[in-house]
Amino acid sequence: MKLPRWFHQLGSPPYVYRLADRLCPWLGGLGVTLLIIGAYWGLVIAPPDYQQGDSARIIYIHPQTAYIGMMAYVVMAVAAAIGYVWRLKLAHAVAVSAAPIGAWFTFCALFTGSVWGRPTWGTYWQWGDPRIMFEALLLFLFLGYLALRGAFDDRDKADRVTAILAVVGVVNIPIVHFSVEWWNSIHQGPTIFRAGGPAMTNDMLVPFLIMVAAFTLTFYWLLLRRLQAEIIEREGDTRWIRELVAEGAP
Amino acid sequence: MTDRALLCGRELAVWRGERCLFEQLHFELGPEQLAVLVGANGSGKTTLLRILAGLGLPTAGSATWKGTSIAELAGEERAEIAYRGHHDALKRDMTVVENLAFHSALWGQEQAFEDILEELKLDHVAHMRARYLSAGQRRRAAMAMLKLQGAKLWLLDEPTTNLDGEGRALLVEWTHRHIAGGGLAVIATHQPDEFAMRGALVIDLS
Amino acid sequence: MSAFQAVLLRDLRVAFRRWSELAHPLIFFVIVVTLFPLALSPTSSQLREVGVGVLWVATLLSSLLALDGLFRADADDGSLEQMLLSPAPMTITVLAKVTAHALVTLLPLICLVPVSAYTFNIPLAALPTLAVALLLAAPTLSVLVALGAALTVGLRRGGSIVGLLVLPLTAPLLIFGTRATDLSVNGEPTTAPLLFLGALAALAVSLGPLAIAAAVKVGIE
Repeated sequence: MKLPRWFHQLGSPPYVYRLADRLCPWLGGLGVTLLIIGAYWGLVIAPPDYQQGDSARIIYIHPQTAYIGMMAYVVMAVAAAIGYVWRLKLAHAVAVSAAPIGAWFTFCALFTGSVWGRPTWGTYWQWGDPRIMFEALLLFLFLGYLALRGAFDDRDKADRVTAILAVVGVVNIPIVHFSVEWWNSIHQGPTIFRAGGPAMTNDMLVPFLIMVAAFTLTFYWLLLRRLQAEIIEREGDTRWIRELVAEGAP
Repeated sequence: MTDRALLCGRELAVWRGERCLFEQLHFELGPEQLAVLVGANGSGKTTLLRILAGLGLPTAGSATWKGTSIAELAGEERAEIAYRGHHDALKRDMTVVENLAFHSALWGQEQAFEDILEELKLDHVAHMRARYLSAGQRRRAAMAMLKLQGAKLWLLDEPTTNLDGEGRALLVEWTHRHIAGGGLAVIATHQPDEFAMRGALVIDLS
Repeated sequence: MSAFQAVLLRDLRVAFRRWSELAHPLIFFVIVVTLFPLALSPTSSQLREVGVGVLWVATLLSSLLALDGLFRADADDGSLEQMLLSPAPMTITVLAKVTAHALVTLLPLICLVPVSAYTFNIPLAALPTLAVALLLAAPTLSVLVALGAALTVGLRRGGSIVGLLVLPLTAPLLIFGTRATDLSVNGEPTTAPLLFLGALAALAVSLGPLAIAAAVKVGIE
């Protein structure tokens, strides 16, 4: 299959490393700025919820972490699949970099959800709630991926075996999203991605979306930084890395 | 006899982590040709044979059978290649006959193998479970499985291990018969002279 | 004889020649099911409440026990690579092995469950649903267990990590299976969860062998 030039360029570690160097300051700067703006807006300026009061302000953090966790998994699965089919080591590197970040975001989603659950539903944890269960499954998928990866000595084999696991687990993502529609759940139905448009008023919607953008940019910033570290570890003692060190790169 | 090469290795290279086992390996093998693979222990003979069998991919380069990359072969064309490694692929809890019957069913080659067993002097243990056979007898059973496959290309990794003098002579005779009948073979061995014949290609990995 | 039949019969034959090993998952199941009432000291109505869940969890755990026989034994003696190299498509071979595993490991387990259900005071009327739910869950469970075995076949000591990989993936089976049984105990219609189990089984059997074959191929390279 004939692939466009930029695809091949993206398969070159030095190119991607330097691209990451150029992108990271923007991603990081913008991401952190938006985080600060969004957090202040959401936690201080936006009105308290008419039902839950101030505890609902966690809506500016909790759904976002869950969303980023799921996005991280999709990034991981797609990268792993690309690496498997086209044998691109760099794609595998992306998958490996995404996994721990996704695991942390998913854990944060479960944690912030638990914190939210106490004042709202009276419980820190609700066994049998489908969305919580499938989100926990997502965390286990991440952990399983990392554990399986660590069990192999041969990195190439580890890459490809874990790619299969990642792709099989992608089935869980739509399940997490649709779980609130398919089953009775203490979670409310979808508020943003639904027919008829978002069900939030603008003074809450704007900081909500700002936080989504903020977390997304931060995720990609973290991803690229991890990717750079992963590239250096994989490329080891090659010429371009020695040049990089000689240049006095960070 | 044609000059057309069936098995081709081009710029084959294998790296294990930081270590290069071999690189820039070229060779071509046509019908009625034998290749003897030599090299010290750990030089990559087994790895190369497995790549030629389609059980792994080289770090660089390509291995093709009749023009198609070996890793992409399927069905009938895949059946033309037989690989015998260090393991004998005998289920210890099944008898020799049961093992051979399974193997021939797997390869879609249902045929009688009594005469093969007789030639290998295995007829008296044919109905014994493989766990009770000696290492040499298991090797002979593996030889029977090879014969049953009816493949065109034989990839053998140190096939004479555990065989006594008689067994070795039989294997060499079978190999020569296979080559003379239009087949090809790549054999990794520490005793290249054993399989010596005219026109044999020597691939030295050291 | 087709390749599928050949592999299936061979796996069944090998399993029965080591029939004492076949009993291990069954004994494990009985022990686990006995440990729960011992630990909980429940009243008879509490027994019924936990019984369904305990039975399902015990089935899941016991099915992990016969894992090694799926691929590791064949990988160790070289049969697995011969199967990979044969003209028979690996997905068919894998399907045959998974079927053999289901017949030899899961079917006896499923036969044990109704008996154990009785000891948990689960009403007789609910037993058919329980049995049907288990039968519907069995193909998916077999495929997931085989996937775990295939992913770890390249490891020298596969053991404990397989549980970590496979058990979370079996969560949907647990959820739907216990739901179906609970509904049946309460006399409500059980079509919805049973249909889900059936759908999962269809999905697992059609797509699972692809993933399993790919994992085996990578694992024994």
